[in-house]
Amino acid sequence: MNKMLNRRGFLKQAGAVIAAGSLPLSLVEVAFGKDEPANFTFAYISDSHITHIKGREFVRNWDRGLIRAVAEANLLDPRPDFIFYGGDIAQLGKPEELDHGLEILAGLRGDVHYVMGEHDYYLDLGEHWKKRLGPDHYSFDHKGVHFVVLNSILTYDDWTHNKWPTAAERMHQMARLDNPQGSPFLVGDAQREWLKQDLAKVGKDTPIVVFSHSPIQKIHKGWNFWTDDAEQVQDLLKPFDKVTVIYGHVHQIQYNQIGNISFHSAMATAWPWPYPSTYRQVETYLPKLTVEMNRANPFFERDATGWQFINLHTGNVDMNYLLPDNTNRVVAFDTTAGRPVDTRYQAVANRIPPQNHY
Amino acid sequence: MKRMIGFGLASLGFGLALSSTPAVADEFTAADLQRWQGEYMTVVAKGEKLFHGGLGNENTVSCDQCHPNAANTHPETYPKFQQQLGRVAVLGEMINWCIMNPLESKPLALDSPEMVALQAYITHERRGTALTPGKH
Repeated sequence: MNKMLNRRGFLKQAGAVIAAGSLPLSLVEVAFGKDEPANFTFAYISDSHITHIKGREFVRNWDRGLIRAVAEANLLDPRPDFIFYGGDIAQLGKPEELDHGLEILAGLRGDVHYVMGEHDYYLDLGEHWKKRLGPDHYSFDHKGVHFVVLNSILTYDDWTHNKWPTAAERMHQMARLDNPQGSPFLVGDAQREWLKQDLAKVGKDTPIVVFSHSPIQKIHKGWNFWTDDAEQVQDLLKPFDKVTVIYGHVHQIQYNQIGNISFHSAMATAWPWPYPSTYRQVETYLPKLTVEMNRANPFFERDATGWQFINLHTGNVDMNYLLPDNTNRVVAFDTTAGRPVDTRYQAVANRIPPQNHY
Repeated sequence: MKRMIGFGLASLGFGLALSSTPAVADEFTAADLQRWQGEYMTVVAKGEKLFHGGLGNENTVSCDQCHPNAANTHPETYPKFQQQLGRVAVLGEMINWCIMNPLESKPLALDSPEMVALQAYITHERRGTALTPGKH
């Protein structure tokens, strides 16, 4: 209970935390001015991997992660304008898993927008997910910001339609992260054409926030921390002044800046993943900007999992990572440097031994 | 038990003498090396299967869900003081911790073929990394 109250305190003081970090005070006043209608927050929950065992039995650990995130998101004060769910409600795409996850998510106070994950998709090619939640790519405007949701976990047709004897086998193959028989993610021609048309109606000075499940950048192909047509999607986003891409899938803190585009990843509620560089047999490309999260302590079931809330001010995104058994992290856009920075750990001298991954 | 192992080794030596190599204890051929590597890789492959959902635990959670390519297992750092146990432990004990907790199943005997195979796979994915026993 004490922890919860502290967390609420932290949430209320988020502006102060950022002010104490890297942003010039004058900018903070503008950004967090009480009368500034453009400032708002939203919450982001992702990667719950609800796993059906049999009958009404589900893996307890993954259930608890999502239940906790929902409970904590409901404590946010002031209330976020809406909540995003970043994909992978399910582990093997089963209707039982999607329904059970959505039953837990139904406890959220406020509107929820959903992103498709590969674990939701490759059993029935998204049919049950779409039946429950609607289209897998869409856009909307909110307080002067244009939000775009993409289904970035498609792949090449031959892999999807011709390679596997059953739908269940296809799902199992895609569910294995380190699968040498896997296939890289794609947004694909049709959605890129849709995105082009969608963005044609939007002013170049309108801030854009894009949601995808996989990173729209290339980090580690072997684990699909990767989207094969990332550069082509980035090209469509280049003409705009301020673009942020927020993604799930990687179960860890990552951030990057490529030209005008800021990238942020989200934590999983289920379990953390190692950073790609810890796999020694191949070359990987974690953004240099990223200060890695602490190495997880598996004896604390929720360590290195979490959820986040996001301040959107002056068109840029500040990520607040809520980490149950760890120190919370804030990665805020530094307008002077023109990129996201960790407000506490960015300077090499400020880093701590658990952030050393090897 | 010792007698059984002794008998096994004796018959292995007899078998080798009959096939290709001369009956010299400290000599072996390129063909021997190839065969031994093959035996090892067979166990690595078995470990890979066990690691990716082959343990038959009821809750279906598998090792690779948290450790793709066995990353973040750090076999090169064992034995080490495992802070959560409060004593020096070997890798097999930590594998069993995972089997008992996230996998909600029963521990393996440390010398069981399954445990040997899991360690072979985990260590193989970390090949080339310098030994750093005790490192955190």
